[in-house]
Amino acid sequence: MTGNVIEVDNLEHSYGSVKAVDNISFTVKQGEIFSFLGPNGAGKSTVINILTTLKRIQKGEARVNGYDVAKESNSVRRSIGIVFQMLCIDHEMTVSENLEYHGKIYSMPKKERRERIEELLKLIDLESKRDTLAKNLSGGMKRRLELARGLMTKPAVLFLDEPTVGFDIQTRMRMWEYLREIKREGTTIFLTTHYMEEADQLSDRISIIDHGKIIVTGNSDELKNKLGKDLIYLETSDNKLAAEILRSLSSVKSITEDTKSLRVMIGEDVTHVLPQIMEKIQREGIDIIIVNIKKPSMDDVFVHYTGHGLREGDEIEKENGMEIEEVSK
Amino acid sequence: MSFEFRAIYWREMVKFFRFKSVLFTSLIQPVMWLAFFGLAMSHSFDKITSLLPNVSGVPVVDYLSYMGAGIIAMDVLFSSLFGGTTLMFDKKFSLLRETLASPVPRFHIILGVGLSAMTKAFIQTFIIIGFGKLIGMDFFNGYTLAQTFIAMVGIILLVATFTLGFLFLSGSIAITIENPEGMQSILTLLSMPIFFISSALYPIDSFPNILQVISMFNPLTLLANGIRYFALGTNFSVMGNHYIYTTADIGLSFFGLIFFALSMLSIAMWRFNKVDI
Repeated sequence: MTGNVIEVDNLEHSYGSVKAVDNISFTVKQGEIFSFLGPNGAGKSTVINILTTLKRIQKGEARVNGYDVAKESNSVRRSIGIVFQMLCIDHEMTVSENLEYHGKIYSMPKKERRERIEELLKLIDLESKRDTLAKNLSGGMKRRLELARGLMTKPAVLFLDEPTVGFDIQTRMRMWEYLREIKREGTTIFLTTHYMEEADQLSDRISIIDHGKIIVTGNSDELKNKLGKDLIYLETSDNKLAAEILRSLSSVKSITEDTKSLRVMIGEDVTHVLPQIMEKIQREGIDIIIVNIKKPSMDDVFVHYTGHGLREGDEIEKENGMEIEEVSK
Repeated sequence: MSFEFRAIYWREMVKFFRFKSVLFTSLIQPVMWLAFFGLAMSHSFDKITSLLPNVSGVPVVDYLSYMGAGIIAMDVLFSSLFGGTTLMFDKKFSLLRETLASPVPRFHIILGVGLSAMTKAFIQTFIIIGFGKLIGMDFFNGYTLAQTFIAMVGIILLVATFTLGFLFLSGSIAITIENPEGMQSILTLLSMPIFFISSALYPIDSFPNILQVISMFNPLTLLANGIRYFALGTNFSVMGNHYIYTTADIGLSFFGLIFFALSMLSIAMWRFNKVDI
């Protein structure tokens, strides 16, 4: 083992003529939380389904826990835990029975099964619910039960496909805590999400994926720093002209422009640059309506690299009328 | 050899015994058939057939006992034919995903569900025989304890093969069909000819020729005849007809049902290997 739990080389997958995954390569290191961040339809689930051997690999190579996904699918299956995008626990069985069943289909010996169930119920705080039918659990609890189930066999890597989609922020944050705890215990986690915050909060490394391609990979600070130190959000009476003026400044790294606003990435300390910028714009007779300074967020990173925003919902909405221009220095 | 099918079996049985209403109705239904339909029919049939001359030297079996074997066959048919529905719901509510994503071979999934249907069929068979004896069904008349035991083993084996066959069939439909209504109507449509073109309720001797031929290939006829062989003996008369079951006949029942079950298994394997998540 090279310390990589997942190794993917030149993976491609098409549905008919549509390329869902387009020549993707990446590695996931032992013990890290690795995220695929992208809109629905970007190809995240396809990659997960291939890595978990649920979809046959069409082109490229993938190894999970050292096993070839195409040739050693049973060994791969024994090395992983999965939390599917859609909730899939048996509502007519109790919490512990759901776990018990999972242990049984993975041929865990009885004693080991029982011990593991105890450990996991403690981990996800469902000890008092062990004999409750799954249908009587809250949404968050059901998800936690699935999390526990995924961990039943002590997998080398846990796959989570949009683990917190549809949950309120409290439930989501609680879920994050559990995931961090699981990571501390040494399990590698591969997760897909379209929540910026989720990727930002949890991940050691993030790959932004869009239209089946990995756009960029890095840890959240790296990704943000690549954009610049600070970001100025501007709304003016003439954005186009303002952008043109600002582009001539050496402190400006890049400008993202849409119909309503400008996002100006600054390479140095913004507090010194801002007065200069405002003065320059106003001198041209452009009115400044709104100014806001912030540190770049994952949101900005995403917009910067993909050219469009990330939308929740079932359709990918490609933002039209938004242009990205990188100022080369 | 792996034993993962036991997990599937366990899960089915946990749920079978958990929901008392389903459990109760599935157990009470055969009793009702026998009590209401059986008693009513046998009384009217026996009234008519009492006018017919008896075949001399051969024990006479009343209609209730003749039909009792058919009720077992029918009950087992319906429970196994509808038994695959569980797989459709598992697929619909994505419960099947967990199992399909595990190292469990797909054959084990069908086998596990099949074995659970078999267990339920055994329970129903015992209930019908027990209740039938209570209301005067002439099963195992004049048998020694050993003979009764052998007869029960024979019936159990027939019921087991038959149940697996129909469960595989129903599982194949369940895994292919998307909606419950479609499943329901296909099964109902299928159960009609199987049930009526068989010797479950009445002798096939008076059928039109074409139906007679069809009924001889009907697994339900094979099962009903086989049960009668074990429960009523090899030589009796009912409704004025003289019945002789030979060893060849019972052999045909067994081989016919085994052939049926294996064919259905291959269809089930074909359908299951196609399931995509």
